[in-house]
Amino acid sequence: MDAVSLNEAWVNLLSLAPEIGQAGLETLIMLSIGLFSALVLGGPLGILLYLSQPGQMFANRTLCGVLGWFVNLVRSFPFIILLVTLGPLTRVLIGSTIGPVAASVSLSFAAIPYFARLVEQSLREIPRGVIEAAEAMGASPLRIIVSVLLNEARSGLISALTILTISFLSYSSVAGVVGGGGIGDLAIRYGYYRFQTEVMVAMVLLLVVIVQVIQFAGNRLAARLDKR
Amino acid sequence: MIHLNQVEKRFQHPDGGWFSAVQPTSLSIRAGEIFGLIGFSGAGKSTLLRLINLLERPDAGAVLVDGQDLTALTSRQLRDARQNIGMVFQQFNLMANRTVAENIAFPLEVAGWSKHDIRVRVAECLDVVHLSDRAEHYPAQLSGGQKQRVGIARALASRPKVILADEPTSALDPRTTQSILDCLSEINQRFGVTVVIVTHEMGVIRSICHRAALLDKGEVVEIMDIANGQVDARSALAVSLLEAA
Repeated sequence: MDAVSLNEAWVNLLSLAPEIGQAGLETLIMLSIGLFSALVLGGPLGILLYLSQPGQMFANRTLCGVLGWFVNLVRSFPFIILLVTLGPLTRVLIGSTIGPVAASVSLSFAAIPYFARLVEQSLREIPRGVIEAAEAMGASPLRIIVSVLLNEARSGLISALTILTISFLSYSSVAGVVGGGGIGDLAIRYGYYRFQTEVMVAMVLLLVVIVQVIQFAGNRLAARLDKR
Repeated sequence: MIHLNQVEKRFQHPDGGWFSAVQPTSLSIRAGEIFGLIGFSGAGKSTLLRLINLLERPDAGAVLVDGQDLTALTSRQLRDARQNIGMVFQQFNLMANRTVAENIAFPLEVAGWSKHDIRVRVAECLDVVHLSDRAEHYPAQLSGGQKQRVGIARALASRPKVILADEPTSALDPRTTQSILDCLSEINQRFGVTVVIVTHEMGVIRSICHRAALLDKGEVVEIMDIANGQVDARSALAVSLLEAA
């Protein structure tokens, strides 16, 4: 690429600044709603998944089996199939299948079991004896969950959230292509369909930077919270 | 203080067979004594200890602590009763993400103490175990003996009448073992707390126990009196353990 075309590319990118800003906002909306659902619904699901296992506080073979089966089922779907399949449900819930909010329905649906598994894995690292000590002190199940499980697993949970965020940044670009918008969608529309390679490159670079920042922040926070 | 009345506990093997950890057993432990449970591994001593606060629920029999039949309680009542029974573990079982002071505060938070009362009590307990200068440390920054002293302070915090100690010195070196035993002994004398201690070492029994039960294959073989470091034992098993020690 010579200096003239490099300059043209730069001018083109600058002219697209409003679109890029808009795309960033859309990605942010999709990611926020998806992660929020994952935390609010996937978190408790993960805790239940863990506590229903044999030897745990609410050991229940049936519940554990059903929950595990459901989580695996949703996670088996290729995300793009889930996206298409949930179209009708999205229309009922949101009234449309277009836009970042609509795309968030499928994103949330995929994020919930994904995070539930990550939470379950993090909780498994807590020594059983620590939970037993709290039981021996007469702690209620709620207190054990909040003060022992979540607090002892906190750095693992932050790492899990970091993984989830980065995965779903990528998922959100798939959702974007089917009408959700966002950074990935912009890269495809301008960079691929309109042969404006510089837009593709710029968007990918932007995503690279975002991922690095998220991972760095996640690692820092996890390390800081870890007193083991 | 503690009466076990024909308690029995069986566990199922993965292959479906049953294993009797504790055969129908009765045992009375007096208020204010240090009572030992000794035996080889698999003798059922830890299970018997865990029956006392119902960490293991007996398949049959009654568990009376301070006049209350724990097996007859609802789960809420049992949680209240457990606040009156401290427990010390072989692997310490401290919360790694809580400081020493926060670990000791935990049972008090469970019992619903006020922040001010908790602060005062935690300071007292730290003083008892000589760890006042380690209040803001995390367990990972402590030695094994210090961790176990935190475990003891935590067990002591809610002013229980009974402390159950499950092999409290088995993860520690001999010198640290003695300091932990002295600590338990001091608590017993100063506060009149009844202590039940599980061990496989006759030395531990000799060092601090008033009486001890020798267990084998889930049964009490003999109840031994200990006076001035001398164990009064009659059974062949007890004698062999004493000679080995």
